[in-house]
Amino acid sequence: MERQSYSIVLSGEAGQGLQTIESLFIALLQKSGYHAFIAKELMSRVRGGNNTSEIRIASKRVQAFVDRIDLLIVLSKDGLDRLLDRIDENTLIIGEEDYIKSRKTDARLYPVNVKEQMEEIGSQLYTNTFFVGVLSTLFSCDENIARTLLSEQFSRKGESIVENNSKAFDFGKKAAEESNYHFSVKRDDSVKKMKAIKGFETIGIGALSGGCNFVASYPMSPATSVLVYLASHERSHSVLVEQAEDEIAAINMAIGAWYAGARAMVTTSGGGFALMTEGISLSGITETPVVVHLAQRPGPGTGLPTRTEQGDLNLALYAGHGDFPRVILAPGTWEDGVLLSHEAFEIADAYQVPVFILTDQYYLDGEGIMEKVDLSKLERTNHVVKSNASYKRYKITDSGISERAIPGQGKGFVCVDSDEHTEEGRITENAAVRQAMMDKRMRKLSAYKDIDPKIIGPKNYTTLVVGWGSPYGAIKEAVANLDDKGVAFGFFPQVYPLPSRTKEILEKAKHLILVENNASAQFGQLIRRDLGITFDTTILQYNGSPFSVEQLVARIGEVLA
Amino acid sequence: MKETRFDIKGDIAWCPGCGNFLLLQLLKESLDELDVDPTNVVISSGIGQAAKMPQYVNTSFFNGLHGRGLPVATAISLTNPELLVIAEGGDGDMYGEGGNHFLHTVRRNPNIVHLVHNNMVYGLTKGQASPTSPRGFKTPLQTEGVILEPLNPLALAITLGAGFVARTFVGNRELTKDVVKQAIAHKGYALVDIFDPCVSFNKVNTFAWYKEHSYVLGDDWDSSNKIQSLTKSMENDPFPLGVLYKNPEEQPSLAEMHPAYQEEDTPLFKRKRSVKDLTALMA
Repeated sequence: MERQSYSIVLSGEAGQGLQTIESLFIALLQKSGYHAFIAKELMSRVRGGNNTSEIRIASKRVQAFVDRIDLLIVLSKDGLDRLLDRIDENTLIIGEEDYIKSRKTDARLYPVNVKEQMEEIGSQLYTNTFFVGVLSTLFSCDENIARTLLSEQFSRKGESIVENNSKAFDFGKKAAEESNYHFSVKRDDSVKKMKAIKGFETIGIGALSGGCNFVASYPMSPATSVLVYLASHERSHSVLVEQAEDEIAAINMAIGAWYAGARAMVTTSGGGFALMTEGISLSGITETPVVVHLAQRPGPGTGLPTRTEQGDLNLALYAGHGDFPRVILAPGTWEDGVLLSHEAFEIADAYQVPVFILTDQYYLDGEGIMEKVDLSKLERTNHVVKSNASYKRYKITDSGISERAIPGQGKGFVCVDSDEHTEEGRITENAAVRQAMMDKRMRKLSAYKDIDPKIIGPKNYTTLVVGWGSPYGAIKEAVANLDDKGVAFGFFPQVYPLPSRTKEILEKAKHLILVENNASAQFGQLIRRDLGITFDTTILQYNGSPFSVEQLVARIGEVLA
Repeated sequence: MKETRFDIKGDIAWCPGCGNFLLLQLLKESLDELDVDPTNVVISSGIGQAAKMPQYVNTSFFNGLHGRGLPVATAISLTNPELLVIAEGGDGDMYGEGGNHFLHTVRRNPNIVHLVHNNMVYGLTKGQASPTSPRGFKTPLQTEGVILEPLNPLALAITLGAGFVARTFVGNRELTKDVVKQAIAHKGYALVDIFDPCVSFNKVNTFAWYKEHSYVLGDDWDSSNKIQSLTKSMENDPFPLGVLYKNPEEQPSLAEMHPAYQEEDTPLFKRKRSVKDLTALMA
């Protein structure tokens, strides 16, 4: 049977090496010409517990989680427990017999004696490769590519390890061939020219593309992956990565680095960012650019450390005491991740403001396939000037933007103050100067060019579903599935300031639906605050999970009915 | 008063008689005598009376948040190792609010000079206890006297691996200039704790008190023995002044140890990413 897409779920324990199968498999799918997406759901455990990954294989671009499970691979004895409500008679379950029969389901079962076969090879560690063999065969992936990827993956561990993995692959292939099951998805040859990518990599690549050469951060899930990605490029791409003693040090280092001429970033999550808020205010008054990657996870407090939510828009929006301008961007697609992260550095440098990149666990830990971006063609403007002897860091200008020099580069002094200051950067309490400086700072974005919202679907919509950030893929797919000629999806890569076209876009619809992965419709609050527009329907979720396509089809469908 | 290239005219916000005036002059003279180019100096400071220092020196400065002078200084030095970076503030700023940064900055060994004005009291907030206030010190807040053990910055810095640890008293002009100059010459992190009386809020630890309760280490003092220096740093009545510890072996600075600087010496801010490097990211 040929279908538009299939959903495979791998269910196992932390520490079993699921990550290895997934990354290898998605590369295989890409090279075989399939569109694919992986969503990961993790427990806050280093070992044990139950982690699942959903792999979607599709004939068209896909970047969304579905509830439905077509093929379930069970890798541990508790692997079925949390998935029972997603299994029905159409699900095929593959795994060790006692694992797949540990709970009664309506599914079709295909037991495989993996343990025994892996013992033959010498280690249960090869189980992952066994299942690559199973999946590769069930989906008719290119076997030669699979073998090449495997040997690349394991070659540094020695020839015997490569050979054992090859044997494990053969066992898996044989098991699949003997099963009489087969899944067929239409291929798209253009995918072969694309790139298999992880969510966090898009932020790291965009940052490096945008000139990021300094990162200071304190590890915190789910933001750490970006820090680790950049650390792996310290030598190859001249980026200095410093693990700070706390988030307060991190943001102050990033600001200090920009002051001295670097393009710096912090990557953190809500709790860590909360500690940085005074630093954001420092960026505001000193007019030192800074880029913050804020990887959201459910709060308040420690919340659900390894799950997903879009609950920190208000935190980014209101962080820091006093009034000063800022920009908040939020990627939906992988391409957005690269381009907006690049753009964040350009905006920060041009307007001397803090710029946020808002992501979340679902986006960062996800994997997929993206169109390659020609990074050499992206615009890069260095706004730093050489100072002369009469240089004034805070010269009052019409645009509000004063030329930014860096210390040691020119005959002038770069005097920067977190106290209210004169044009020269010296402390003042003069009321007129204070007001002039506030006005100057507040008009800095007057020449800023918005990143426009995207309308996906009919231009003459009567209903508009509005979203931002990681639910992009699920909303897009749900709206497409509903196939209603009056319904379009309005996506906002620039969340703040609200793009100037927002009002016009929203007012065109008779019915406005808002979809957000949080409890209080934070983007909706912002739109009401700034434009006085309220949504007719608000679809929210805040249980730690991303929206599934089915949930959105049902909840949006209900409104349309 | 001797004129220097670091002088700048303008109103100074300190109380008359404040020890900071002395230190300001000594710092400017030290920099001038070392023939430092004023455009090549950055002073990073936090908040407090001491942290106002850069306002009165003719150099670049980053006068940031309370307690945060060190992370800013570290990053400036990493971004442009060619600058002379001084982090300056008071005992409350550097040892209290910024205490965590103090610990970890010492461990990092950035190439910066750390000047801490130690008056054993909070001046800007009008007279509360500081981390270095002695037990029993009465304030409007510690009404029956301080009940906490005072922090010993010198012993802390030595145990954390600092390569240069010194203490001076602004009343001793020659010693202060000598120690500050040595700190500037030192490669890596250098701590100078400076006894600097607050004339408004500390009526106990006055000019006369510091003079009476301190002594200058003799010429025969061997500053290269870490354990001996640690023992010396524990002495508190009288307090020893001078370079208590200097690691005889030059240690690599933070920038030198960072992978990004092991590939090339060019300051970070001067580097450009090649098209080839960019393209590699999308391979």
